[in-house]
Amino acid sequence: MPATEAVAAPRRLEWLTATVTDVIVETPRVKSLVQDVPRWPGHRPGQHVDVRLTGEDGYQAQRSYSIASAPEAAHLTLTVERIEEGEVSPYLAGEVRPGDQFELRGPIGGYFVWTVAAQGPLFLIAGGSGIVPLMAMLRHRAAASVAVPARLIYSSRTFGDIIYRDELDRLMARRDGLEIVHTLTRSQPAGWSGGMRRIDREMVASAGFPSSQRPRTFICGPTQLVEYAASTLQELGHEASLIKTERFGPTGGVG
Amino acid sequence: MSEHADTNAPLDGNSAAGLLHELFAVDLTSANVTCVGCGTVAEIGRERAYGGAMGVVLRCVHCEAVVLRMVRTPAGCWLEMLGARNLFVPAVEG
Ligand SMILES: Cc1cc2nc3c(=O)[nH]c(=O)nc-3n(C[C@H](O)[C@H](O)[C@H](O)COP(=O)(O)OP(=O)(O)OC[C@H]3O[C@@H](n4cnc5c(N)ncnc54)[C@H](O)[C@@H]3O)c2cc1C
Repeated sequence: MPATEAVAAPRRLEWLTATVTDVIVETPRVKSLVQDVPRWPGHRPGQHVDVRLTGEDGYQAQRSYSIASAPEAAHLTLTVERIEEGEVSPYLAGEVRPGDQFELRGPIGGYFVWTVAAQGPLFLIAGGSGIVPLMAMLRHRAAASVAVPARLIYSSRTFGDIIYRDELDRLMARRDGLEIVHTLTRSQPAGWSGGMRRIDREMVASAGFPSSQRPRTFICGPTQLVEYAASTLQELGHEASLIKTERFGPTGGVG
Repeated sequence: MSEHADTNAPLDGNSAAGLLHELFAVDLTSANVTCVGCGTVAEIGRERAYGGAMGVVLRCVHCEAVVLRMVRTPAGCWLEMLGARNLFVPAVEG
């Protein structure tokens, strides 16, 4: 779409059928579902989909899931964390097998979006599965080979709970201006050199960009973490309009 | 967004994107809405969202006044925007 377009082209949002082609075990509680979605219109990094499951009795349950894959990727990928006692996530992150199908609609949510055209610096803060839409941004940044300065602070419970751990290491090893700080809130392996506490003011101030650089900031994860990080950044002088948040829901103790 | 969302803890307006798309052909989450109560201008995606898959109440990020209410029922869709002075849908890149 040319930049001169008056407004976003109107588009009817329809339910599409996704077929799972691959299931990737990310952590003991998290799986990625690689999918084939005919008529998928393409997306921008940070957007999400609504997933709808229909039971044999016709009962339907609907939840939102962020898109993990970059727009450049061949397949659409969602990454789902199993919430104990949950209605939808234990199915998506537990029972789904290649060949299974479900309905989704998207991409939606043009607000929580970053593309290389928006430039940077790019400042990302994630807790637990909140990494998912931010990963789409980092994958897009790598695919576009643009060295926009970027920093990620990522809070997980334990080393084994870090989603996309190897891929994040590889992205940082490119030395193209991306820096990642991990913090582990529950337990740390021997010799751990990252953070050992919840994200706090000192961590945000030292690992982030100064407010004078006006970073585009995206914060995603459990509600409590998101609210704490966003208010801390504002106390540090960051402009509210440059901070975008995506609350996934109750804390569930993550991060 | 989730049907079971805790009504005491709002999500971001961005989570209502799918529901809003059932009525609006353009993405409303990046549209600016002006609160009648306090005059604050904010993207719909930034407002406080209370509700779930069947309906949502969006409250002003500054004064918590209701700017938009939308409810879907089997019979149809209900939209109320008494708290919104105007809506600005920006041109998008890409
Ligand atoms: C815009 C958006 C994007 C999202 N993207 C992702 C994503 O990429 N990956 C992902 O795994 N999840 C994501 N979520 C969360 C997801 O929509 C569901 O809320 C989550 O999977 C729980 O659904 P459920 O049906 O399993 O649990 P429910 O049956 O809805 O809830 C069961 C219990 O768990 C609690 N609970 C609900 N949600 C959470 C949560 N997020 N954390 C901890 N406890 C919770 C509830 O309060 C309830 O007590 C996103 C949410 C939003 C709004």
